[in-house]
Amino acid sequence: MNVAKAVVRRILVYVVFGFGTAFFALPMLWLLSAPFDDPPTYAVRPPRNFSLENLSQILDNRYAVPSLVNSTLLSVGTMVLVVVSAALAAYALSRANVPGRDALLYALLLLSSVVTGTAAMVPIFLLIYQLDLIDTHLGVILVLTGGLLPAAIFLLKDFIDTIPRSYEESARVFGASPLQILRHIVVPVARPGLATIGVWTIVQVWGSFLVPFLLLRDPDKQPAAVLLRTFYTEGGSPNLGLIAAFSLLYSIPVVLMYLLAWSRYGFRFHGGIKS
Amino acid sequence: MAAITLTRLVKEFPGGVRALDALDLTIADGEFFALLGPSGCGKTTLLRTIAGLESPTSGTVRIGDRDVTSLPPGARDVAMVFQDYALFPHMTVVENIAYPLKIRRQPRAERTAHATAVGEQLGLGGLMARRPAELSGGQQQRVALARAVACRPSVFLFDEPLSNLDARLRLEARTFLKRLQREIGVTTVFVTHDQAEALALADRIAVMEHGQIRQIGTPREVFGRPANTFVANFIGSTPMNLLPGVVAGEHVEIGGQRLRLPPEARGAVTEGEKVTVGVRPEYVAVSTERTDGGLAGNVAIVEHLGTSSLVTVEVDGLLVGATVPEDTEPAPGAAVWLVPAPERVLVYRDDGTLVGAPAR
Amino acid sequence: MPPAETTVAQPEVTQPTAASVGVARATPTDTVGLGRARAVAFVTPALVLIGVFLVFPALWTLYIGTTDFRLTGAAARSPSFVGLENYARALADPTFYNSLWLTLIFVLGSAVIGQNGLGFALAWAMRDAPRWASRLAQTLVLLAWILPSSVVAFLWIAMLDRDAGTINVLLGQTPGVAWLIEYPMVGIVVFNIWRGTAFSMMLYSAALSSVPPSHLETARLAGASGAQTLRDVVLPHIRRYALTNTLLITLWTFNDFTPFLLTAGGPGRESEIIPVYIYNTAIIGGEMGYSGAISLLVLLMNLLLALVYLRAARTGQRTAA
Repeated sequence: MNVAKAVVRRILVYVVFGFGTAFFALPMLWLLSAPFDDPPTYAVRPPRNFSLENLSQILDNRYAVPSLVNSTLLSVGTMVLVVVSAALAAYALSRANVPGRDALLYALLLLSSVVTGTAAMVPIFLLIYQLDLIDTHLGVILVLTGGLLPAAIFLLKDFIDTIPRSYEESARVFGASPLQILRHIVVPVARPGLATIGVWTIVQVWGSFLVPFLLLRDPDKQPAAVLLRTFYTEGGSPNLGLIAAFSLLYSIPVVLMYLLAWSRYGFRFHGGIKS
Repeated sequence: MAAITLTRLVKEFPGGVRALDALDLTIADGEFFALLGPSGCGKTTLLRTIAGLESPTSGTVRIGDRDVTSLPPGARDVAMVFQDYALFPHMTVVENIAYPLKIRRQPRAERTAHATAVGEQLGLGGLMARRPAELSGGQQQRVALARAVACRPSVFLFDEPLSNLDARLRLEARTFLKRLQREIGVTTVFVTHDQAEALALADRIAVMEHGQIRQIGTPREVFGRPANTFVANFIGSTPMNLLPGVVAGEHVEIGGQRLRLPPEARGAVTEGEKVTVGVRPEYVAVSTERTDGGLAGNVAIVEHLGTSSLVTVEVDGLLVGATVPEDTEPAPGAAVWLVPAPERVLVYRDDGTLVGAPAR
Repeated sequence: MPPAETTVAQPEVTQPTAASVGVARATPTDTVGLGRARAVAFVTPALVLIGVFLVFPALWTLYIGTTDFRLTGAAARSPSFVGLENYARALADPTFYNSLWLTLIFVLGSAVIGQNGLGFALAWAMRDAPRWASRLAQTLVLLAWILPSSVVAFLWIAMLDRDAGTINVLLGQTPGVAWLIEYPMVGIVVFNIWRGTAFSMMLYSAALSSVPPSHLETARLAGASGAQTLRDVVLPHIRRYALTNTLLITLWTFNDFTPFLLTAGGPGRESEIIPVYIYNTAIIGGEMGYSGAISLLVLLMNLLLALVYLRAARTGQRTAA
């Protein structure tokens, strides 16, 4: 009886796995085949005519490559702002035992989950408008930073908490000033955490749609996320070749970054569960 | 090279926890001084206050002839070795050792040379380019020591320097530490909860409890004549026998039996006073023949300690321990007489203080 | 789905740290000598950014909702205070309720049941599976999460296409059902499950590995079946994780704008979930004031959800520990 149970169990595991794998793989396969297919269709199939024609279309399109530059600009800009301000804040919050700190952090975290772009769409739009930052990259960067900071601070603080204070105390007894301690000791030791937050921020901003969609007007300033949508909503029938190739190109950097971060530092930040 | 003087030092934490309760302490120049006590007694707080990592609520700290109470740690000319060694993981051994010199703006070539020399002095030659993670526990400890030595401070502060090492290594490191301090001759204060370690290493020991110093003395004094029952209980690998009794003439009545009062106590106690008699198991002889002046009882348990055995004897409901050389243990259940060496018997009053002078 | 395009929060599933539980000895308050002034200076840049671009808009919504502010026209230049008129209008507005209802379906279907269920099932199956299979599954699920939302949206537009989409190909009908037109809600629900399961899977994976093996072995020795072990040993242990996970994915899904890329709320209003509704009302319709009122109602609903979770988590802690 137990053998039968074990077999049934095995079969169940295989079914779940089979289904899961197929379910998740199928849509993505289009990304691997369609860019090289001529003519490209919605179907997922090995390319009938292998061709690089679609990729060259990207170079011909006036907005395509610049939009990737814009995405990079927004991602890196936000990353720098988030990492620097979050690191300083997380360090101070970790080391200076301010009363009510934990409650504040938790409240901020909750706030950033609740006050998302959609719920605050209206005031954010108006705010940026009043600040005369509509249609600027800076406006987008600032809004995205504001939204990402609570989580970044929370995660970084958690990470910095694990750095033994004895390092800093030791340096302090040797006469180092707080800024020296930060520079010589804390930043080097916190590098994995900082890098993970950096990568996380870049990935979030790279794929961010709503905020740039809302705040940018000039098509020359659009990041790839918004431009891609334009490719299939504007005009009569969408240019599948262009869309396919552009999607692939647009996806590669972020996939690479994630794989890089994962292989180097592991997914340690998942839920703060240290397992 | 400096003496340390603490005057009426108080440290109160928010919530009313009094970690240091008006301490007065003077540590002589060049002394190897131990702060000993159970966890929570305040010894680490005291060390950190000397270092400057904690500010006292009131009282003063003097190092040498300077009042350093309000000086930041970096200005006190002290070096501290933490329990986890605090070796910076991203720096090599030589960079770690040279770090205090880097803060003092010594040029790179100079400080590297000095750090290397100190490292070799402490037996770290050949490890200079390694990272802390690549070193063994004993090596890490020596790097931490080297870093403290390299900056040539007036005072060394060690927080549980040996507790992170495993037992065998600990003994080697202990000897090493004692020799090092002898050679360098810098005033050293170290914190430990291990009484054997304190006895072995220190020139003088302060035994602490609940933020107060219960006794200061040389290892011999603290071991041989503990000033109160707390210290008596804390010091010694085998716990001291502390037997409650009542003074009756020139004797103390313990259970249904009597023990002669030691001479120094005879005039100092009153008839009928409740006292505690203290005598170490090492100073109690076991005889299988009736002996006058001894305590009669039956052997309850025999524990082998190697070259000796600890015999626990039940005397009128009390458990008394005695150490005997190996191969002379009485059988469990046997009737024996325990004879304490008269000059090693101590008498404590009801409030725990020693009757008679603390040191002879 | 953890919104890639807007604000994001990572889960706060931390085990109680020493600091939160309360250590026996008092911890030093400023070991590094940071000093109050410097600490404040360090925290200020972040607080300013959060204050201006996150907190202030949230509070401003309160005000905007009470005006008749519009993007164009007279009310754009000089909006006037209309009190609770917008709120009254919203609460009587059938399109608002339509949107709420659709959002409810969306959240329940794709998050609470879909992502939770699939994530857990995958995590559970992965424990016993051979290493290569787990890795493969994990990689695929994660990729679905990592890819930019615009790309993912289009991948599913392709999947669900009437003429050549893979779904219809598998069903053997080309041309078949135009999914996004005839069953838009189904489309976005499946899409969201695909998109967001990664998070739940990772979380449950970690949660399952935190169940002490000795507990599982005790149950096994007592003769418990797989299902019984699941019910009696595993589920109680991961209850807290499950709650946190559900709360987070609920909030994220509630506020997820990505379905806009698939259906833009259509056809008509058939898949007009709340985020799309707010967008349509505010930007397309230009009714900032009204939209603000709705935004505030949404904010309040989210807060309510969060509070419900906190209550549930706290009672759990009292009974569990």
